[in-house]
Amino acid sequence: MADTVVGANPEHAAGEDPNRRDFIHIAAGVAAVGAVAGLAWPFIDQMNPAGDTLALASVEFDLTKVEAGQSVTIKWRGKPLFIRHRTGAEIASAIKDDHAALRDPQTDEVRHKPGKAEWLILVGTCTHLGCVPTFGGGDYGGWFCPCHGSHYDTSGRIRKGPAPKNLAVPDYAFLSDTKVKVG
Amino acid sequence: MLRKVYVFAALGLALMAAPALAVTTQVEPKEIHWSFEGPVGKFDRGQLQRGYKVYREVCSSCHSMNLVSFRNLGQKGGPFYDAEYPNPNDNPYVKSIAKDYQVNDIDSETGDVVQRPGTSADRFPNPYPNEPAARAGNGGALPPDMSTLSKAREGGSAYIYSILTGYKTPSANLKVPPGKYYNPYMPGDVSGFWSGDMKDVPEGGFIAMPPPLVAGKVTFDDGTPSTLEQQASDVAVFLAWASEPKMEERKAFGVGAMIYLLIFSVLLYVSYRRIWRNIAH
Amino acid sequence: MSGHSTYEPKSGVEKWLDTRLPIVRLAYDSLVDFPTPKNLNYWYTFGGILALCLGIQIVTGIVLAMHYVPHVDMAFNSVERIMRDVNYGWLVRYMHANGASMFFIAVYVHMFRGLYYGSYKAPREVLWILGCVIYLLMMATAFMGYVLPWGQMSFHGAVVITNLFGALPIVGQSITTWLWGGFAVDDPTLNRFFSLHYLLPFMIAGVVILHIWALHVVGNNNPTGVSVQSKEDTVPFHPYYTVKDGFAISVFLLMFAAFVFFNPNALGDAVNYVPANPLVTPAHIVPEWYFLPFYAILRAVPDKLMGVLMMFGAIAMLFILPWLDTSKVRSMRYRPTAKLYFFIFVLACLVLGFCGGKLPDAHVIPGLTTFQLLDADLNSMVWLSRFAAAYYFSYFLIILPVLGLTEVPLAQPLSISAPVLSHPAKAPVGAAASPEKRG
Repeated sequence: MADTVVGANPEHAAGEDPNRRDFIHIAAGVAAVGAVAGLAWPFIDQMNPAGDTLALASVEFDLTKVEAGQSVTIKWRGKPLFIRHRTGAEIASAIKDDHAALRDPQTDEVRHKPGKAEWLILVGTCTHLGCVPTFGGGDYGGWFCPCHGSHYDTSGRIRKGPAPKNLAVPDYAFLSDTKVKVG
Repeated sequence: MLRKVYVFAALGLALMAAPALAVTTQVEPKEIHWSFEGPVGKFDRGQLQRGYKVYREVCSSCHSMNLVSFRNLGQKGGPFYDAEYPNPNDNPYVKSIAKDYQVNDIDSETGDVVQRPGTSADRFPNPYPNEPAARAGNGGALPPDMSTLSKAREGGSAYIYSILTGYKTPSANLKVPPGKYYNPYMPGDVSGFWSGDMKDVPEGGFIAMPPPLVAGKVTFDDGTPSTLEQQASDVAVFLAWASEPKMEERKAFGVGAMIYLLIFSVLLYVSYRRIWRNIAH
Repeated sequence: MSGHSTYEPKSGVEKWLDTRLPIVRLAYDSLVDFPTPKNLNYWYTFGGILALCLGIQIVTGIVLAMHYVPHVDMAFNSVERIMRDVNYGWLVRYMHANGASMFFIAVYVHMFRGLYYGSYKAPREVLWILGCVIYLLMMATAFMGYVLPWGQMSFHGAVVITNLFGALPIVGQSITTWLWGGFAVDDPTLNRFFSLHYLLPFMIAGVVILHIWALHVVGNNNPTGVSVQSKEDTVPFHPYYTVKDGFAISVFLLMFAAFVFFNPNALGDAVNYVPANPLVTPAHIVPEWYFLPFYAILRAVPDKLMGVLMMFGAIAMLFILPWLDTSKVRSMRYRPTAKLYFFIFVLACLVLGFCGGKLPDAHVIPGLTTFQLLDADLNSMVWLSRFAAAYYFSYFLIILPVLGLTEVPLAQPLSISAPVLSHPAKAPVGAAASPEKRG
């Protein structure tokens, strides 16, 4: 058939404006595409975190449970969260290296809340590929990631190995001297 | 097969609300106009807030609402939605409501069950620890969970309203069993308790819930007179919201979708007529 | 395909692909250049509508499966979580639930259209039977899907339907136990139903491809029932029927949207929002509306095994229909007597659907008690469904075989184009015209 393309239909009446014909077909086509595009968003957005997931996105933690020199790991947004009660020696060693050659330069001071140097709160996933580093291991006394050998210091900064970044510091706030809210 | 249906029907009567049947009778729910009816109907915010208060002060002492969280109260379309707090978890009023409830938790150190004040992420706590306890506290009958109650009953809000306002002192020929109450809007079959003419068996059934609402039982903060009808319709609306919290979002989306489809249909029709104009068919 | 392909690859890439995998050629021949009778009316748009319905069900179903938990303790709550917490979950779930009903509305229109215009007759028997297979698969899929929310009607519906197989002699109980994976409908049943509910739509899609393939071998039937004779009788599928089907789809979607957005639970049963409780049966067990006619046939028969056999027999009628109808005339447009019986048949199906939703002993005319006939009052749903079921079977087994031999059909036009060309005034017709008013 020759007349499969509308615009090429030879049978249309003489004197008719073919552009106007085209317009209505294009408008209908655009409306169809628009409808599909508009409906696509709900089907994409449904994979984003649901209301109940978002509601559980913050946790409160009582710090009195952590002795100096120890670290506890709690689950936050499905990931481990390190809450480390640092000793004076650990803090000192972190500050000492503030100006060493760091891959991701940061001073120890910006990695804890002002006046709370003993409390280090970090997201416990290695910045390389997401494994959970082990406490106290590695060459720098902070954490050591067993998957690919990343070494973190007592401030959670990357010192050696493949990881590109320091362990992340989440948003958190002290509700009181002994209570933090993360998220 | 047929007999089975009857046996099950008889068994189910005491607990289940269902459409009218040959064996089950009930008075049709009262005709009420609700603000949320129709394609653009919305919940009346004040009514939702009053309804919540009725639920909180009366219903929640026996009925659970397992699927509803405190944060839902503050989400868009909810009773305490505040445009200032698009994230309902931050809504201070919702937080203060949650804090008034004690919810069970596990102490992460000792493993003991402890009670802590609720947070906006928590669900409404169950008034009873488990189903047998709920039955034991209510003469053997289980107060149904309220999260889907409104859409789980034929008639929805009108049915709930009618039950709440419909308690009636029955005729002397009806012997109401102890712990039960006669309600013409409750589906049921009371013929076994009827001593009068079998042609005059009252419609409706027995309900295990004593009349829960009386005038003045709940004091409304907005000064609305606290009549029985007011409390009943307010809580019926609150329960309608609890079972369909996304109703307003759904209808708003729907109006847009319908307008779009109408325009689309017109465009396609014109396009269709133009394409076919030279084809004799 | 009828005739040779007219596809001509234009660009180098198209030529390259065409010699290796002629998929563009396939699409072109099936959806663009496919010669289609030019007199198809709106009843013929339901094939396209059905394809869309299947697409909607598969897409929304895959989304729902991302959030649904097939476990007896969590199924109900996970569905409610979709409705309450998942972003646009209410939209996806209501589209899926109402989409099932829309699917059946469309398939019933499509089937009655086939019955009326004789689309099951030679050479379209295989096309028709493939359609019947799709319909069977649809019923199985819909039934298992309805179980998944694990409400009261889900559970007890599953109990009743799986117990049907218990009616079979000797093997019945073993089959039922095998279906359940236990001694009652329980967690194993829910899990396997979920798995099969996910599988079957893809089997439907496979049979749909065969259905369309068969359609493209024999070509469309048309309201006159007269075979295509020349190029003058046809138009290319695109743009003529893409735009017509598109318009019909858009109008259909308006109705679909009205349900989804403004009355999403109108076609469902309120009791299914009560979580399943194996200890208490709802006072009134009814299947979804699209099963009601078969449910009425089941209940019309006092014997359990016979009831089950009659119910499946009602579907079996459709499969053997091509060999039951003896008439050589396809379209009932030219069979006035058959047309009358056809409309009574449609009415009988509606009556069966109506009876299926009522209790068997309920009165048809309220308050009127006539006399007891065998096991029930004559003025009861059970007797009404017996009359309707009797007509249903007679239509296939007596009326169509006999009528084809005895009736005198009207004269058929010589070709599809003939009636149009002889009545040029009738050429372009309005949107909502009934089939009889069209070319």
